[in-house]
Amino acid sequence: MKIMVNGQPQETGARNLAELCAALGYGDAKIATAVNGDFVPAASRAETALAREDRVEIVAPRQGG
Amino acid sequence: MVTFYGESFSSRLILGSALYPSPDIFQRSVKAAGAEIVTVSLRREGARERAGQQFWSLVQSLGLRVLPNTAGCRTPKEAIATAMMARELFETPWIKLEVIANDDTLQPDLFGLVEAAATLTREGFKVFPYTTEDLSAAERLLAAGCELLMPWGSPIGSGQGLNNPSGLKTLRGYFPEVPLVIDAGLGAPSHAAAAMELGYDAVLLNTAVAKAGDPQKMAVAFAGAVEAGRAAFEAGLMPRRDMAVPSTSVAGTPFFEFGNAS
Repeated sequence: MKIMVNGQPQETGARNLAELCAALGYGDAKIATAVNGDFVPAASRAETALAREDRVEIVAPRQGG
Repeated sequence: MVTFYGESFSSRLILGSALYPSPDIFQRSVKAAGAEIVTVSLRREGARERAGQQFWSLVQSLGLRVLPNTAGCRTPKEAIATAMMARELFETPWIKLEVIANDDTLQPDLFGLVEAAATLTREGFKVFPYTTEDLSAAERLLAAGCELLMPWGSPIGSGQGLNNPSGLKTLRGYFPEVPLVIDAGLGAPSHAAAAMELGYDAVLLNTAVAKAGDPQKMAVAFAGAVEAGRAAFEAGLMPRRDMAVPSTSVAGTPFFEFGNAS
């Protein structure tokens, strides 16, 4: 199915957010996630099912002012 | 010492972590300034990029307190979700809350800010709101649970200094017990000193140091200015006068009765 990851279209067979992060290769990287504008805690990724057209955000620490 | 949400710090200079020429120069600048708190952010990152991971390792190695921001958020919903992601990433309830109203001025959307601050406070965050000198907004933010305020000096990254010293002075006067931090717009150490002379508790800046020709040296300059301004405030500044007043005694001036006749 097609979803959006960080604003880019992505074809995936992942059923939930944890599977998606693993499939994309994030491994144990320090990241935080949101689906359709709502924060999804790390502990809830495995139980957060993904559906067509979902908009996923995967973010990491960055310099800021 | 300055206290934010029950925690005391000896440095009154909070530095941003963006825009430095290199991680090494960032590190040396922060150390030179004696800063104890740095602001950080979060951004989209692909799986193959590891910039975020490297930055996080650097920040951790410095042993600094981090203040994550919600820079770039335009609605309370975006800011709230970003704050929650930041809390998990950086493992802190502190959040520099920005809800931006206008891309040209980067001025805060005060209505959205108050709304987001109320929600985040209920969720257990310790909110550092990026606001203006507006007194009504200040009242609302404090009622929403904020224990400090961070009014702008001037637009972010503009280096204009304190655009409304009178308004900032009034804000200080209205809320003598609330920690107040000037956030944004400071371009020169003299601006930071002026903010501290008004009785502000701390200043937060980024571009003025990071984009200086020699960031490390500029960090030292700002640190000195902040200390000088604070000391001046504590010492008590003389009142401003419209006319000259001689400092040397008039009594006993030689030739006093000669007058101005030539």
